[in-house]
Amino acid sequence: MLHFSSLIHHSLRKTRVVSDDAGCVCGGSSLNRSSIDGGKQLHHHQHQSISSLSVAFPTEVALTNGTPMETLSPASASSLFNRLQLDDDLEADGRDLYASMETRDLFVTVDDPKKHVSTMETYITYRVSTKTSRIEFDLPEYCVRRRYQDFDWLRIKLEDSQPTHLIPPLPEKFVMKGVVDRFSEEFVETRMKALDKFLKRVADHPVLSFNPHLNAFLTAKDLNKRQGLALLTKVGESVKHVAGGYKLRARPAEFCAMGEYLDTFSLKLGTIDRIAQRIIKEQSEYLTELREYGTVYSSWAGSEQELRRPLEGVAACVTTCCGALEELSDNMSQDFLPVLREYVLYVESMKNVLRKRDQSQAEYEGRLEAAVLRKQEDRTPIPMEVEKCQDKMECFNADLKADWERWQSNKRQDFKQLLTGMADKNINYYEKCQAAWESLITLLQDRQTEDKTSETN
Amino acid sequence: RRLSAHICKELEQFVDFLDLRTNLLRKMEINVVEAEKRTGKNTVNMQETYTVYLIETRPAETVPEGGTPATPDTLWRRYSEFELLRTYLLVTYPYIVIPPLPEKRVSDAYLEGKVKNLYKFKFVWHKLSADNLDPDFVERRRGGLENFLLRVASHSVLSNDEIFFHFLTEGWRERVLETGFQDKADSRLKSLSAMFRVKNPDKRFTALKHYCDELNTVISQLLRVRARVADRLYGVYKVHGNYGRVFSEWSAIEKEMGDGLQSAGHHMDTYAASIDDILEEEEHYADQLKEYLFYTDAVRSVCRKHELIQYELEMAAQDLTHKKQQKEELATGTVRVFSLKGMTSKLFGQESQEQRESRLAALEQSIQEGEEAVKEKNTECQEFVRTAWEDIERFKEQKDKDLREALISYAIMQISMCKKGIQVWSNAKECFNKM
Repeated sequence: MLHFSSLIHHSLRKTRVVSDDAGCVCGGSSLNRSSIDGGKQLHHHQHQSISSLSVAFPTEVALTNGTPMETLSPASASSLFNRLQLDDDLEADGRDLYASMETRDLFVTVDDPKKHVSTMETYITYRVSTKTSRIEFDLPEYCVRRRYQDFDWLRIKLEDSQPTHLIPPLPEKFVMKGVVDRFSEEFVETRMKALDKFLKRVADHPVLSFNPHLNAFLTAKDLNKRQGLALLTKVGESVKHVAGGYKLRARPAEFCAMGEYLDTFSLKLGTIDRIAQRIIKEQSEYLTELREYGTVYSSWAGSEQELRRPLEGVAACVTTCCGALEELSDNMSQDFLPVLREYVLYVESMKNVLRKRDQSQAEYEGRLEAAVLRKQEDRTPIPMEVEKCQDKMECFNADLKADWERWQSNKRQDFKQLLTGMADKNINYYEKCQAAWESLITLLQDRQTEDKTSETN
Repeated sequence: RRLSAHICKELEQFVDFLDLRTNLLRKMEINVVEAEKRTGKNTVNMQETYTVYLIETRPAETVPEGGTPATPDTLWRRYSEFELLRTYLLVTYPYIVIPPLPEKRVSDAYLEGKVKNLYKFKFVWHKLSADNLDPDFVERRRGGLENFLLRVASHSVLSNDEIFFHFLTEGWRERVLETGFQDKADSRLKSLSAMFRVKNPDKRFTALKHYCDELNTVISQLLRVRARVADRLYGVYKVHGNYGRVFSEWSAIEKEMGDGLQSAGHHMDTYAASIDDILEEEEHYADQLKEYLFYTDAVRSVCRKHELIQYELEMAAQDLTHKKQQKEELATGTVRVFSLKGMTSKLFGQESQEQRESRLAALEQSIQEGEEAVKEKNTECQEFVRTAWEDIERFKEQKDKDLREALISYAIMQISMCKKGIQVWSNAKECFNKM
């Protein structure tokens, strides 16, 4: 069973047709439709099973290395799909994207920030390293330098070419010049981590990772951005305009639920953000007072004899605690908050995709209604356009559901990591403080026994 | 210090031996166990509410196996009576560093802090009742009063005082008033507030005074900053409670993550609530510091008393010198020092031989008295210095020991706080891991 699964996965990749327009991602030829409704069923199944296969693989699946299975025809593939579909015994863990690490064959990293100064401008570039065994890439390894603009370009291209998919967000583009130092170590570090996360999410996506723009981004010496950018944004916009003319009647319940979830979730994220900021503020005020507290012990030590060392010990202890606290607060600012904020952006992206899906459904329903009316009037058959719209909508729905599941899974992992990280940092902080106070007690008590023995002597 | 016979008899009930240098605590257990509100008419016939404290004493004998300890003797005393006792001790043993009493009333700073926090709507550590009947204040005072009694009872000199004994066991008012210490107290107050300059100050006492000034300043500062630190820490902990609420709300829309988030939220609530006990415990440390803050006043009081005696000695010596000079002038007829008598005799003629001789005799008498006075004052001064310095050395040792122990117990408190923090966050982490 497992063997077949991996073979199917591989063969799927071979038959996959990546298109640049807003069409379906699966190879059109594998569809077998007699009527709109019947085909819809099969199509759904196929899409669901494709998507769920890519996330449902247990970790034991080995990577098959390039054994072409052209003998496996689409028809028999679909029967296999159906058999697999019946297997409802999916472990919760099996749905974790990160669990299927061994099936990954594209690894990307963003690191090594460098400042570039020219007469016109100053900017930062990052090294983007790629390791891959995919045939879509000419070489197994690449190393290029990219700046934020390039990431932005990639994102726009992905959004326009894969409108039915959720594109991960980028960190904020604009920063207030007076308020934030764009070249400070902290800012660059935070941004770089976010860019790395963005690229990794794209590379892990079973559809987006095959996008030729990603390929270009990862491999090209110089990105030829200007031409493509202008053209595609115009096309993208026109597509949006057309779809925008239609009104949505009834959104399917599952998409309503998604929308509601996102609304509540973004509210909660906002609250958590505010709480974290408040904690940082309170900690900072506490730190100020604590520092002064330590200095008072130091100055007291100056007027004492027997108590001098103990008091200096206390002062040193307090200073250690201050250092530990500062570290904790910095970590919250630099690691916790940015990830939280990025998820807010992610939620916005997802909402956007939901809206586009709505538009796609609205367009289909609108056109269908018009066509049906005309058919009733003068027997004009339902045009192909309408069927295409239906396809588009169904593709969209399927892609969206798949992406939703992936997003939920990623979200769970990300927050698990984020929150356990926060707990870890707090534990670290207390451990450091405890160690400092414990060594102080040793110091204080040693003196005591010293004094006692000298007394008895 | 000799005790009267009937006091001895009473003591016999409690002691096996009559070593008068043994401190009282070895014979007697002393506790201030309770506080109660009373209302009554005060000296100007107005209704007032005040607090009384129950003092329990019992002989410190070992209780046999399965036996019950003897029922204690009890009596009620109010704060003003403690004050009276302390004043009596101050006057009677001016060379001893008398243990301080806890604060008389809620300090202005304490009140200010509460009011400010009310209006800031920030997290307030200080609870909100603001008078001497505030239960926390009363409780802390009870502890302070007990501490005062224990300090006196464990002092080798003070513990043998009969008035103190009566304070603990029966009607003492008449007795203490009998000692007539009130008059001494009044004159002491007057002299202490007077401005005078000592010509040859004792270097040791000067250094000690200086040290006390420094200690007083630094402990005041420490108490202030510590209170601010406590307020801030309170804020940090309480904000985490908000995590509890939001995690709970968030868990409602999640499927797999829900349980983990919900339980983690509970731990955040626990974390936020834990600060109350932590800070309550820390107040004990603040009380220990405060006692020594007040102790600096007691030490300065001894220094001032010494200064006064020194001054009186100098004055007496000066007076004697002056008189001797006068005698010399009278005897030799030379006028070196201006005197009215001298002037008038110049103006109105020389006095008779008789007059001169009677004046000389009077002066001789005066000089003799003066010499006695100087001798006495010198002895008094030396004795004072000796006994005072003995007690000061004792005090210094006590201070070093007590403060070191206070620092140790403070460190232990901090460690306990850290352990609690680690526990809570580890629990939360476990919950997050189950998400």
